[in-house]
Amino acid sequence: MTTAALPVQHAVQVNAVSRVFAGRKGASVTALDAVSLTVAPGEFVSLIGPSGCGKSTLLRLIADLDTPTDGSIEVFGKSARQARIDQDYGIAFQQAGLLPWRTVTGNIELPLELHGTGKAARRERAAELIELVGLTDFAGHYPDQLSGGMQQRVAIARSLAESPSLLLMDEPFGALDEMTRERMQNELVRICAETSAAVVFVTHSIPEAVFLSNRVVVMSPRPGRIRDVLSVNLGRVSDRGENLREDEGFFHSVSQVRELLHGSASTGARGVETR
Amino acid sequence: MSAGASTRVAAPAPAGPARSGSGLVRTALPPVLLGLVAILLWQGAVTVLAIKPFILPGPFAIGEQFTANLQNVLNGMAVTGRNALIGLVLGAIVGVLLAILSALVRVFDEMAAPVVAAFAVVPIVALAPVLYTMFGANAETARQLVAALAVFVPVYFNTLKGLRMVRPVHRDLMRSYAASNWQATKTVTLPTAVPFVFTGLRIASSLAVISALIAEYFGGPVGGLGKSITSAASSSNYGLAWAYVLGSIILGLLLYCAALGLEKLVSRRAPTA
Repeated sequence: MTTAALPVQHAVQVNAVSRVFAGRKGASVTALDAVSLTVAPGEFVSLIGPSGCGKSTLLRLIADLDTPTDGSIEVFGKSARQARIDQDYGIAFQQAGLLPWRTVTGNIELPLELHGTGKAARRERAAELIELVGLTDFAGHYPDQLSGGMQQRVAIARSLAESPSLLLMDEPFGALDEMTRERMQNELVRICAETSAAVVFVTHSIPEAVFLSNRVVVMSPRPGRIRDVLSVNLGRVSDRGENLREDEGFFHSVSQVRELLHGSASTGARGVETR
Repeated sequence: MSAGASTRVAAPAPAGPARSGSGLVRTALPPVLLGLVAILLWQGAVTVLAIKPFILPGPFAIGEQFTANLQNVLNGMAVTGRNALIGLVLGAIVGVLLAILSALVRVFDEMAAPVVAAFAVVPIVALAPVLYTMFGANAETARQLVAALAVFVPVYFNTLKGLRMVRPVHRDLMRSYAASNWQATKTVTLPTAVPFVFTGLRIASSLAVISALIAEYFGGPVGGLGKSITSAASSSNYGLAWAYVLGSIILGLLLYCAALGLEKLVSRRAPTA
């Protein structure tokens, strides 16, 4: 294979992946059943579905924090394991998971420090990212001095530290109140536009998925399967702003996702869920 | 997107142990008052009921002996305190190192668990006579070892527990960074365990004093608090014996407070969840 003839490489390619958790006394739980999915470079894809539909499991498999029982996963043409070792992705969890004994700067520097970046370069990059997430005044603070939203912004800055071309986010705004949540979504849209990374985003929230994504992957539980994939035609992610939340197309997509989630025609087509 | 401006609310300062002067008085005054009342009642009972000094001397008599023999009591505190401190440091170092080994090497943990459990139930001071014959009756080594053994157990167990308290999200994070075992231990596991180590040290600090002191009852050189208590009591100098007991209480408190202060200092940023 020559570099010139390379086909368009997928950021993530999931091929018929299953994950079965062994339960007690031979009972087993099928968290994912033959799931296939591709994510293009720079694309924002949300995974949405009720609890137990395997969306977090799928994300953990892509991150190689867990291994599939069956099927294969490629990240930028490599195995998920190799991609993890090469640090091709940044990750953020529902819990910010900051180290409480490190300052904001120290937490953002952590991945750089582990991978041997020099002290001066680390400082510089951390300062850049702190500015990106708007926490310049809090660089020297410890996590317990920050609000939940600020902690989550630090976690996102940390996930961006090594300029990954893929971001994996597992309900990063799940524990935030609605106002903080919308503000964080706006910031994420801006950050994605600036970094042009592909994003796989796990969420419970329909408006959140629609607002952020190019495509919304709707999943169903027991066993975890992809029910449908909805392309959201609301323009480039980078052009999305606060006004979009009032947009007719936005409401339309929200009710479409809701119909898919409930598996039938929705009753209140125009209603928007609070989260 | 100027979301920053509205969110830059000053973070609340963490509620520290900083108390105003009047608060301190309010906290300290009741126990001090209670202590004074107890001492007065004690003295009253001894005087009114004419209790013989070999049964229970009055607090004023003890205080008198304490000030009259202050230099001797201080010397005794220095000897016993030194043994306790050496034992504390030695036992803590060995306890922490072995706990790290247990946390890293599963086989070692399985081998060590029953041995350490045995250490925990054996009255360690009972080893003192054996150790005196091993190291010679005129050396302090036996006492320091007894203290070290007593210290080792709580430090080992607490450290091991702390090393296993790593939050799952931190473990995932380290794995996502493809961090080596040693990197993960250094950046996440050890800092998580530190507050637990200091809790172990706090428990161990009083054990060290008790063990070093009791070990003196079984032989060895004179000069420590334990020997002084027995010799004062056997020469019917009960007030003096109690003065030395007072000295050991002060010594125990000193070490405990030092360990507590260290714990407070270190665990200010301790993981709360």
